[in-house]
Amino acid sequence: MTVYLLKRLAIALITLVLASMVVFAVLEIIPGDPARLMLGLNASADQVELLRNQMGLNAPLAARYLHWAGGLLSLDFGRSYTYSVPVIELVRERVVVSLPLALIALALSTIIAIPVGLFSAGRHGRAGDTIAMGAAQLGVAVPNFWFALMLIYLFAVWLRLVPAGGFPGWSAGVWPALKSLVLPAIALALPQAAILARVTRSALIEVLNEDYIRTARAKGLPYRAVLWRHALRNAMIPVLTILGLQFAFLLAGTIIIENVFYLPGLGRLVFQAITQRDLIVVESVVMLLVAAVIAVNLLVDLSYAVVDPRLRSRQ
Amino acid sequence: MSLLEIEKLSLSIGDTPILRDVELSVAPGEVMGLVGESGSGKSITALTVMQLLPWAARATGRVTFDGIDILAASEDQMCALRGDDIGMVFQEPMTALNPVKTIGEQVAEGIRWHTRASRADAEDRARKMLDRVGLPAAQFPLSRYPHELSGGQRQRVVIAIACALKPKLLIADEPTTALDVVLQAQILDLLRDLVAENRMGLLLISHDLAVVTEMADRITIVRHGEVMETGDTARTLSEQLHPYTRQLAQASMHVPARARTHEVGLDNPLGAKPLLQVDSVTRDYPGRRKSLLKRAAPIRAVDDVSFSIDPGQSVALVGRSGCGKSTLARMVLALDGPTSGTIRFRGQDIVGKSEAELKPARRDMQVVFQDPYGSFDPRQKVEKLVAEPLHVLEKKPTNGERREMVAKALHEVGLSPRDMDKYPHEFSGGQRQRLSIARAIITRPKLVVADEPVSALDVSIRAQVLDLFAELNQKLGIAYLFITHDLTVARAITDAVMVMHDGKIVERGKTSEVLDHPQSEAAKALVAAAPDLHRAIARRLQEQG
Amino acid sequence: MTLRFDIPRENFADILVKAFTNRSFLAGFVITVLVAAVAIVSFFWTPFDVTRLIIADKTQAPSPAHWFGTDHFGRDILSMIMVGARNSIAVALVAVGIGMGIGVPLGAFAAARGGIVDEAVMRLNDLVFAFPALLSAIMITAIFGPGALNAIIAIGIFNIPVFARVARAGALAIWPREFILAARAAGKGRTLITLEHVLPNIVTLLLVQGTIQFALGILAEAGLSYVGLGTQPPMPSWGRMLFDAQTRMVAAPWMAIFPGMAIVVTVLGLNLLGDGIADILDPKSRRQR
Repeated sequence: MTVYLLKRLAIALITLVLASMVVFAVLEIIPGDPARLMLGLNASADQVELLRNQMGLNAPLAARYLHWAGGLLSLDFGRSYTYSVPVIELVRERVVVSLPLALIALALSTIIAIPVGLFSAGRHGRAGDTIAMGAAQLGVAVPNFWFALMLIYLFAVWLRLVPAGGFPGWSAGVWPALKSLVLPAIALALPQAAILARVTRSALIEVLNEDYIRTARAKGLPYRAVLWRHALRNAMIPVLTILGLQFAFLLAGTIIIENVFYLPGLGRLVFQAITQRDLIVVESVVMLLVAAVIAVNLLVDLSYAVVDPRLRSRQ
Repeated sequence: MSLLEIEKLSLSIGDTPILRDVELSVAPGEVMGLVGESGSGKSITALTVMQLLPWAARATGRVTFDGIDILAASEDQMCALRGDDIGMVFQEPMTALNPVKTIGEQVAEGIRWHTRASRADAEDRARKMLDRVGLPAAQFPLSRYPHELSGGQRQRVVIAIACALKPKLLIADEPTTALDVVLQAQILDLLRDLVAENRMGLLLISHDLAVVTEMADRITIVRHGEVMETGDTARTLSEQLHPYTRQLAQASMHVPARARTHEVGLDNPLGAKPLLQVDSVTRDYPGRRKSLLKRAAPIRAVDDVSFSIDPGQSVALVGRSGCGKSTLARMVLALDGPTSGTIRFRGQDIVGKSEAELKPARRDMQVVFQDPYGSFDPRQKVEKLVAEPLHVLEKKPTNGERREMVAKALHEVGLSPRDMDKYPHEFSGGQRQRLSIARAIITRPKLVVADEPVSALDVSIRAQVLDLFAELNQKLGIAYLFITHDLTVARAITDAVMVMHDGKIVERGKTSEVLDHPQSEAAKALVAAAPDLHRAIARRLQEQG
Repeated sequence: MTLRFDIPRENFADILVKAFTNRSFLAGFVITVLVAAVAIVSFFWTPFDVTRLIIADKTQAPSPAHWFGTDHFGRDILSMIMVGARNSIAVALVAVGIGMGIGVPLGAFAAARGGIVDEAVMRLNDLVFAFPALLSAIMITAIFGPGALNAIIAIGIFNIPVFARVARAGALAIWPREFILAARAAGKGRTLITLEHVLPNIVTLLLVQGTIQFALGILAEAGLSYVGLGTQPPMPSWGRMLFDAQTRMVAAPWMAIFPGMAIVVTVLGLNLLGDGIADILDPKSRRQR
């Protein structure tokens, strides 16, 4: 068990270090002179030199990387060039929008998908299954940002139930804040739920063909009991894999959806930074999201060990 | 009054008829053997009694269990019967248990379900049942997971699940087919004892006539979904009135005719230069690591093994599963390298050589595998598959030459040269094993290593394939290394035998001598456990006086 | 009753019969062919010229002249969807090509060598997996500025580990089979065995994954263009059209509805096609019927 955990942890850390090198290489080495890129062609040589000094670009490459990576560890991401504030402050403001959104969407998608998958697998090949899976097939094909537009049109423009966009901030109270996250979360969650429901169903159906299901049936357990007690836990393994992958999609989706609803999250931050060529902000946000993806994958690996005793005793 | 009574049972799946007018009965305390070759419908008959059939199956006729009409019973009624009054044991112990639940949970589950017992009571009964099937608490606590058990141990757990509530009827569908002979004998003993203790009816399904004869009071022989003959086991098999019964019995006892046998012993330096010489070969595998700091002790699969094979000699390597015989075979074939020791083939050292250097050896050394389904690439035609070993020839044959060689090889194994344009799935299991042999002889090798080449085949097909092996040995002078756990196969076509146990060769000698008068414990266990139709019939007749 | 895990090789005719009696495949095939046809036709003919802006005709509701209405520059939405189709298909197709071209050899190689090579390839996979296409696109755009090429590269990079994993998993299931041992006993090396025996047996898996990634690529391209990281105006693209529609939702909802439907139909068609292929050729899914 511990061998497995430590190995997964080590792999996650190595991946994180390599990923930080990739981010650093792409955003600080490939452009040649990041300062020149950030200031544009019209900047004077003095201005560029000033920024170079400010960013520490005159130090050797290895020293620059270590300085940057060391800063990341102490949550010092550097100063935003356009906002002239530490990047961490910007991130802190924005992450309280993006993270709750992603988490609500993930929870929503799971809550919808698993029961639908169970329902469909239990009625494999019958009308209920066909209808549910037809809906899922359609759901998979819907781009979340377009779905978001349609939701706005329906609920905000027509029915006026929820605000069409914007975010009042958590200081305005939890309820108004949550209310403005409802539509974005649904828009994010439903297409993901469709994928997850399909995976849950096919994992269950595959498991239901296993010999041990027949053993359980031969014990006298009715079909329903076999589904819940024997099939579900075995089917969780592929479902967990997809859940982990979905988190990456949800993060990406969050960034896009924020633009539909004018939410002041990390997505808005990064797009503004791109137009203003604020490489330091781009670099920090990308690194943060990459770290989140890696952390979630680690979490998925660890939960495999909880579900599957075979992994616990393997090295 | 019978416990189970099957009358005029016909069944079809979709449009395919599977069973026709099957009649069968089991009385309390009686063992009924249901024998047939693959596709005879014996498993479907069992699943009909359990009502665990595929959805598309349609059954007509009457199945009565303990006064209950099974075909008319509701699903709730069946759930009450299954696991309580009728237990079932399946063929494949490796996959029959849920991998994410402990064995305790799995045995206790049925007890709790049927008796509404408390968790503690159910676990208590599960513990007793596991003790009874030979899994004592000290080594096998309830908290064990299936993957921590061997195949034989898992089959004991499955039996514990099936017998936990002392069912009136136990259905065992090929319960020992996936196990080696020694485990088979143990499991059969256990089943026999459980039947006697609980006056349980047992429906034992098997393709192996000898196993059924040893176990069953009465026997029903089926073929293509129809009952051929049914009756008292001893009488049915000694009289052999029905032609199909006779055919099955003879195939089970078949010994190929071999005019010329090779009398030279295994280590005889006086004979001709040995074809294959294996010297103190050892193979270690990395063991399982227990903690981060300690290096795991390696597992020794093959331990200091030496032997040699002469040209034209047929040698059997027998042993229980996991004894290292397949690892040894792979090293002989240069598919795996030994940790230490040397292997010489026709005088050439084949250890640690590159594929290019191995080419001459590969030309003279071929292989036949166990599984006639898995040993062919399903996406290639027979011509390409059988011609595959021609890859090692110095000079690549032209297309025409290749087709000619394939045609000749197919002819030699009793297939038509026209078969070369077919795909492997168009052949039956026995035919595929012939294809496998054709592939092995196409380069005119001096040695063929055969790993359990007939154990996946039905008895009648098995007899034909054994004949073919014998014939090729006589005609082409090919030496064999036969890997098997089945002593009847060894007896049928080998001159010498080596008995392997825990990675070591513990006994060797002339086949007949070793099998008739085994000296080592391992050989004695193998011989004692091997089912033998002659012996079984004789014993049955003697018991009945 | 023993179930064999066999992959029967069937006649082309049998497969055709099966394909055209499979509802999923048939629907997917028809939709995909239609979308592809629309994209091809758009090279030669569209109802209106999408490069000409006619401000007088701006934001007109659907009518017999403009079936799907017009946008804020007076361009015909139907014509723009037609031209946008070829853009979407091109980006997704090239991205699948990149993913397959690099991922499949990588995965097959990892499975064939095992040990440290396998571990290295898998770790490389983990690394690339940590960069969802959007993040790669953000980084590329931050340096090189926006463009359709960014979308292709970003989606293509993300496809590499997907195909590497599928190829590796498929190959690992083939390697322990006895026919591979037989080929090794015939003196064939790992490369030759991979080419002759492994790849032909995982082609179905790759084909199915290919259609899935194709569909995902179309979704991803639309998303990237929508946020300005992909195809740039004036080249019509579905994602960009939705971006333009967003601020005009109340006045001209058709500007949002029709391009979105184009995406849904295309992705749905590809997914149905993939499901159908899996049904027809994959023995595992067939076992479930």
